[in-house]
Amino acid sequence: MTTDLTPRPPATRRAGRGGFLATLRAEWTKFRTVRGWVLAVAAAVLVTIAVGLLGTAAPGPGGPGTGPVAYPKGPGGEAVNDNFYLVHKELTGDGGLTVALRSLTGVADTGIGEAPTEGAQPWAKAGIIMKESLTQGSPYAAVMATGGHGVRMQADFTRDTAGPSGAVAEDAARWLRLVRSGDRLTGYASADGSRWTEIDSVELPGLPRTVRAGFFAASPQAMQDTAAGTGFGPAVATGVFGAPDLAGDWSGGAWSGTQVGGDAGTSGSYSGTTRGGFTQAGDGFTVTGAGDIAPVVGGPVMGGGYSVENFLVGTFAGLVVLIAVGTAFITGEYRTGLLRTTVTAIPSRGRVLGAKALVVGGVAFAVGMAAAAITLPIGERGALGRGFRVFPVTSATELRVVVGTGLLCATVAVLALGVGTLLRRSATAVALVVASIVLPFLLATSGVLPPGASEWLLRVTPAAGFAVQQTLPYYAQVLSVYEPATGYYPLAPWVGFSVLLGYAALAFGLAVVRLRGRDV
Amino acid sequence: MSEESADDGGYATRATIEVIGLRKRFGSQVALDGMTFAVRPGRVTGFVGPNGAGKSTTMRVILGLDAAEEGEALVGGVPYRGLRRPLRHLGALLDASALQPGRTARNHLLWLARSQGLPAGRVDEVVELAGLGPAARRKAGGFSLGMRQRLGIAAALLGDPPVVMLDEPFNGLDPDGIVWMRGVLATLARQGRAVLVSSHLMGELEGTADHLVVIGRGRVVADTGVAELLAAASGGRVVLRTSASAQAARVLRDAGAAVVATGPDTLGVTGLPDERIVALLARDGVPFSQVSAHRATLEEAYMELTRDAVEYRGVPAGEVTR
Repeated sequence: MTTDLTPRPPATRRAGRGGFLATLRAEWTKFRTVRGWVLAVAAAVLVTIAVGLLGTAAPGPGGPGTGPVAYPKGPGGEAVNDNFYLVHKELTGDGGLTVALRSLTGVADTGIGEAPTEGAQPWAKAGIIMKESLTQGSPYAAVMATGGHGVRMQADFTRDTAGPSGAVAEDAARWLRLVRSGDRLTGYASADGSRWTEIDSVELPGLPRTVRAGFFAASPQAMQDTAAGTGFGPAVATGVFGAPDLAGDWSGGAWSGTQVGGDAGTSGSYSGTTRGGFTQAGDGFTVTGAGDIAPVVGGPVMGGGYSVENFLVGTFAGLVVLIAVGTAFITGEYRTGLLRTTVTAIPSRGRVLGAKALVVGGVAFAVGMAAAAITLPIGERGALGRGFRVFPVTSATELRVVVGTGLLCATVAVLALGVGTLLRRSATAVALVVASIVLPFLLATSGVLPPGASEWLLRVTPAAGFAVQQTLPYYAQVLSVYEPATGYYPLAPWVGFSVLLGYAALAFGLAVVRLRGRDV
Repeated sequence: MSEESADDGGYATRATIEVIGLRKRFGSQVALDGMTFAVRPGRVTGFVGPNGAGKSTTMRVILGLDAAEEGEALVGGVPYRGLRRPLRHLGALLDASALQPGRTARNHLLWLARSQGLPAGRVDEVVELAGLGPAARRKAGGFSLGMRQRLGIAAALLGDPPVVMLDEPFNGLDPDGIVWMRGVLATLARQGRAVLVSSHLMGELEGTADHLVVIGRGRVVADTGVAELLAAASGGRVVLRTSASAQAARVLRDAGAAVVATGPDTLGVTGLPDERIVALLARDGVPFSQVSAHRATLEEAYMELTRDAVEYRGVPAGEVTR
């Protein structure tokens, strides 16, 4: 037993060194020296990965032997449907194609045992196109009439320009014209074949000298709302064209008919009794087709495929663990009285809380980043191996999702710390934070709530922060189910994240005020 | 700030606690009622009072944990919350059980060291000083109260502070531990530090404290040296051991003393100095085996003091509790 307490001067450090950095090191030491918390951090990573992979582990749609499939990619790298029936020849050099579209009709199967429904779908299309090749995803420009959105010029899948409105009818034909001049393609429309309106003009750089050009028809599936939800049924569109007027150097011989893409793609389908094809009557053509020339979006039209955020569905489970850890980091000190020791060592209580926030936030950030960075490649490879498509995103988007998942975790952990400081009790604080972020997320994205209620939850609760993980694009010219349950958040990624950030900042600010203002 | 120049004898200017007119109430109950005293370097100051008298509250105010409504507490002339690395100025042990149970003793000391910019090597030093030894690598949750007190002492000494403040440090210590703790306190004082030790049992401080601040009901009842207090409380009483107690009592009463029987063959005598008693008994041939001046215990002195205080203030001895 020693009572030899010969004092020894503490190691001298420059006075400026202390401050926040010392507090941060102290809080970090506290965190890493409780084995339960370290294990919980590892568990948060593992559970995020495990739930994400299990949630996307459905057996493949194609059965054994199905090779990997992928969405065709458009010139901009986006996933596209490029599936339509094309009647074509080759056009070399500058030239043009003018034709009258005399009618656009359609047939849809709406259910077993019911008579097919007549009428073109709103985004059924028939018109003329010039395309680099018959390969899916190759650059193109097209002028078309649609079932419900008038005449349009579209190019390279994402570009869509409205022309004259109104439907095609027996007594109201639409004359369409597409003219190539170098890399520039210009579309025109006319109601009488003599007075023309330019719709749009696009540059398709690198377009080869010889392109495929001709008439096409395509129809996405028929969508209808039923009591059981949104249903989809096979649909085809039929366009009746008059005699074409060809300008330039066109290949000789007969017109060829091709179902581009081989089938109707993920957004279209043929019923048992319909198929793509064309007939020539006199100088005119009748072309029938299903499919779409458009970007792929989320929802049923995505087909058998996963989006990037599908693999991160386990984030909510990891968050539950991180919420428990973030809360315990302060409530544990209340429970044991350790907070008095902490505040004795570091009298600036705001600094204590700031250091704690940085520690749990930093740890949670690493958890989210690591889990996302590990899950995505494994999940994507697994899904591709089982014959699923994976919705392609740009590297920038993928980076945003991975970093965003880290920030989501960090912010929720700080929120939990703040709420824990305010409520002082682990159980109630964890319950409140889980109920304010994990629960709304599950309710909104599982589809158990009506879309309106789901969107409201994802606007006003901290669960809005999950928006940072969304990657699916929205296009007005593609009909789908744009709802939280299909991956569409009401707020843009960083807007939704800032809602969560606001909650965390509020909780943290109140926590600082509360901790400063009271005896501990 | 001269915090980097701590060495032997360098404590004096910073080794003080000054408590000046603290007032604080919890609801309608007055916890501190003008508490005023000072702790000087180089001695152990006992901070004594019944449970609830305000000892812990005073210490919390000194540490800035609780806010006083009036008055101030200064450590080395500075409010605690104004200290940059406070553990280098004041080492405190308030609640030895305030530990994260899953953290080892050594890691507990390590985070404290980090918070003060102290190197990890200092942790090993105080682990040795406090006699924690290999237990330092065990989780603090499994520690006995005695081990927790040692860990608390280690934490208090981490920053080699000129002022040390311990709340009920003897609680839960076994006899070995009490001896050790007394040694620690004496050594700290000898090194020139100011040491403030609270206790609700005056007896614990017997032979340890050099100075006493006795409080009751949130204010100081006595602020005095231990030697003076005992002298006052002893009151010139002499203990006489004799087999002829009746005869001795008669002789001494005749000489003007007050005599009471305190045992079968012991008498308590007041009013005569011990040498006069010996002379009287020898003159009359009364046999005796011992004559000694009575030395009051600190406990007795304390009881007397607080009784006076209560009578003087004329209020019932209900205590403020928190």
